[in-house]
Amino acid sequence: MTSVILSTATRYMLPLLLLFSVFLLLRGHSEPGGGFVGGLVAAASFAFYAFAYNVKQARRALRINPRVFIGVGLLIAVSSATYSLFLGKSFMTGIWTETEFPVFGAIGTPFIFDVGVYLVVLGVILTIVFSLAEGEQ
Amino acid sequence: MVLEAVLSGFVLALFAPWIYKVGRGAAGWILALLPIGIFIYFATFVPPVAEGETFVFAQTWVPSIDISLSFNVDGLSLLFAMIISGVGALVIIYAGGYLAHDRDINRFYVYILMFMASMLGVVLSDNVITIFIFWELTSITSFMLIGYYHEKPESRTAALQALLVTGAGGLALMAGLVMMALVGGSWEISELLNRGDVITGSSLYVPILILVLAGAFTKSAQFPFHFWLPNAMAAPTPVSTYLHSATMVKAGIYLMARFSPALGGTQTWTVVVTSFGAVTMLLAAHMAWQKKDLKQILAYSTVSALGILTMLLGVGTHAALEAALVFLVVHSMYKGGLFMVAGAVDHEAGTRDIALLSGLRKAMPITGAAAVLAGLSMSGIPPFFGFVGKELIYESTTEFDMSAILLTVFAFLTNGLTITAALLVAHKPFFGSKLSAPKHPHEAPLTMWLGPVTLGTLGLLFGLLAGWVGEFLIAPAVSAVQHHQTEVHLALWHGFSMILLLSLVTIAFGVLVYWKHEVLGRWFAPSNVISKWGPEQWYFWSLDGMLGFGRWQTRLLQSGYLRNYLLIIIFSTVGLGLYTLSKYNVFSQNTIFRPIDVTSYEFMFMALIVASAFVVTQVRSRLAAVAALGVVGYGVAIIFVLDGAPDLAMTQFSIETLSVILLVLVLYRLPRFIQFSRSRPKKITEITAALAGGGFMALLVLLVTALPAQSRLAPYFAENSYKLAHGHNVVNVILVDFRGFDTMGEITVLGIAAVGVFGLLKLRLDKTRQTDTPPDVLTTQHQSADVFPVMEREQS
Repeated sequence: MTSVILSTATRYMLPLLLLFSVFLLLRGHSEPGGGFVGGLVAAASFAFYAFAYNVKQARRALRINPRVFIGVGLLIAVSSATYSLFLGKSFMTGIWTETEFPVFGAIGTPFIFDVGVYLVVLGVILTIVFSLAEGEQ
Repeated sequence: MVLEAVLSGFVLALFAPWIYKVGRGAAGWILALLPIGIFIYFATFVPPVAEGETFVFAQTWVPSIDISLSFNVDGLSLLFAMIISGVGALVIIYAGGYLAHDRDINRFYVYILMFMASMLGVVLSDNVITIFIFWELTSITSFMLIGYYHEKPESRTAALQALLVTGAGGLALMAGLVMMALVGGSWEISELLNRGDVITGSSLYVPILILVLAGAFTKSAQFPFHFWLPNAMAAPTPVSTYLHSATMVKAGIYLMARFSPALGGTQTWTVVVTSFGAVTMLLAAHMAWQKKDLKQILAYSTVSALGILTMLLGVGTHAALEAALVFLVVHSMYKGGLFMVAGAVDHEAGTRDIALLSGLRKAMPITGAAAVLAGLSMSGIPPFFGFVGKELIYESTTEFDMSAILLTVFAFLTNGLTITAALLVAHKPFFGSKLSAPKHPHEAPLTMWLGPVTLGTLGLLFGLLAGWVGEFLIAPAVSAVQHHQTEVHLALWHGFSMILLLSLVTIAFGVLVYWKHEVLGRWFAPSNVISKWGPEQWYFWSLDGMLGFGRWQTRLLQSGYLRNYLLIIIFSTVGLGLYTLSKYNVFSQNTIFRPIDVTSYEFMFMALIVASAFVVTQVRSRLAAVAALGVVGYGVAIIFVLDGAPDLAMTQFSIETLSVILLVLVLYRLPRFIQFSRSRPKKITEITAALAGGGFMALLVLLVTALPAQSRLAPYFAENSYKLAHGHNVVNVILVDFRGFDTMGEITVLGIAAVGVFGLLKLRLDKTRQTDTPPDVLTTQHQSADVFPVMEREQS
């Protein structure tokens, strides 16, 4: 499958889509968006890349094995949920910073949890897409 | 402190492989320091416990359901804990020699330490749930240890058999313990023991008794569950020594002894426990002397010993309990020692077949001496501790008030045949004028004779110091079983009595059978046909039956055709849904036939969705069908946008895009397009399913939107989204905060699914690479019905 239009478009779309996915993740708590949809968009961008070029190059563009994202994402999600235990509160209590950061606003454990969701979704979809696509090559 | 003593085994097990890496040959000695430490720790309890004190250590664990990590050190648990840690230390040292050249020895250390910790947990726990957890842990670690030589099919079969038999008993035990706790009104064992009257008087007493005994009998290999124990001899000898003679098989005995204040003392208890024990002891003793393999002889004589212990606990008089606890100690010492001797002989002389062995004492003098010490104790010859044990057994059977004569005859035959077994193991291979063995034998290393020599010497010392042992070890244990303070006076010499005469006749009988064992063996050989139809065969039948049933129902339910599954899912959803709805009077003018405002562009998109759904069913190309399906999904997403659900729409768009990508990838793997529903009835069925499914969903939506919203959640979420969770986007706040726990579960499932997909695809890729044939999805699905764990077995 070689299409000049697709491959050229994808080259420019990949960074834009990734940026968009992070944007969705960051605004998710107050505006439409969130870790799940952000992860889907990010996964889609790499899936397109795999289509336009091939899986090998998509993997190279990703740099890290997608399976690693699953583990890291789950670890981040669980850690964010466990943090409250150390403060003597029950599991998964949301803990927020007092100060407001530029761009992010207040940062809380639910946001970090959402980052975990983002990574898991990205990892899961790319693991499946890449394994399926590798069967063809 | 007791908690730490119990758990330390699990902790050390974690580090055992590293310790082995560093210590190599010395690892056994290093690891044995822990059980030695535990032994010394428990030894400090002996003087206060002998004065009647008990120690309770409690640590809350799951307070909401009354599960606590509470431990109780009294005479009984102390005696067991010392046997477990003491024999444990010797076995770990022994294994260092026995398995020295084995590549999996580090794994062995891990398992055996975990087992030791679990076993300590069983005997020290004072909570019903905690004891059950440790009980199951011993079954699991025992499974690992029996299956240690996992490349041999008979090891795997034996391991599975032990796990299934003791595991089934464990489930019964759990039910029994929970019922007992509910009837007795406490989860603490020490409390339950005070309420024996309530438990024995309750209408649930008999079910409780049956369930608890099922657990104890399976674990302690009582007839008809005895067969797993001889098979478990497939394990390496250190395992047989530790689990299958000294400790784990005595867990059932411990359980009966522990709960006898709560469950015992009734006629049912006496009759059931005594008769199971009596049958087991005689049957197993009879099997033992006919075997030719050292470990088999020892295994059956262990079953027999467990039968004696069970029988004594059934009789339950003061004399019987005294006898039981003395015999427990005696047996752990001589049987542990003899197993180690058998392992050393196997290791150094190359066989365990007694017919091929003789005169080994010349080549292996130390091992031979240890065998003689243990054999004499087993035979009950004065001044060994075994003699004290045997006298006490006769004392309790002759005083049994139900049928003293019958029980004494059983005990006489059992004891006599035990002596025969002792001679076969300790005399036959070591004595005789000429040295004979398959390989050139030489003395076992220090690691391998230390254990049997220590245990053998202890058997002699305990006999000589019988009074002291009785006061400090046996009396507190008997007090614990009887649940009131009592005294025990042990003595080697009871004077000339009927019992002494009986002991002498027993010895004569045992020696006689040994002398003529080859002739007698031929006489009794036909009786072994029974074992072909015995309990072990029932086990295999039930296993085959279960697998057969599994195959049958899989073939029935799993056709392998996706369209069949879809039909079943759709029809049952519609049927069950309509049935449920019909019970509530919801179908009315207001709910279904009501005017609904539809804007012109909504109508446009709806028409688009319907049209593309129709296209999906009509096109002949898969790719076109996928594309049309994508249009359906986008149409739905646009409806979400129109109805003010941007989050949903966004997700739907991404999902649709990715689904198309995935489907395109999957399409390559499918065989060429086949139209299955060619015949008219099939077409009608499928059209009906489609209409029923679609119609039902439409109905459901109409109903849901018509009924007044009664949810208190929606307003709560909307109100508190920013107040409690700092977010304006309610959907996302629900996902990551209010219902974050669900999300956590979902992403975990997603991750596992991805790993599963990865595994399946990679496995298939490897196979296709080997056979070089294109994958055929339909045929492989059919094969999957036959993928079952293949159970190998070997019947001897």
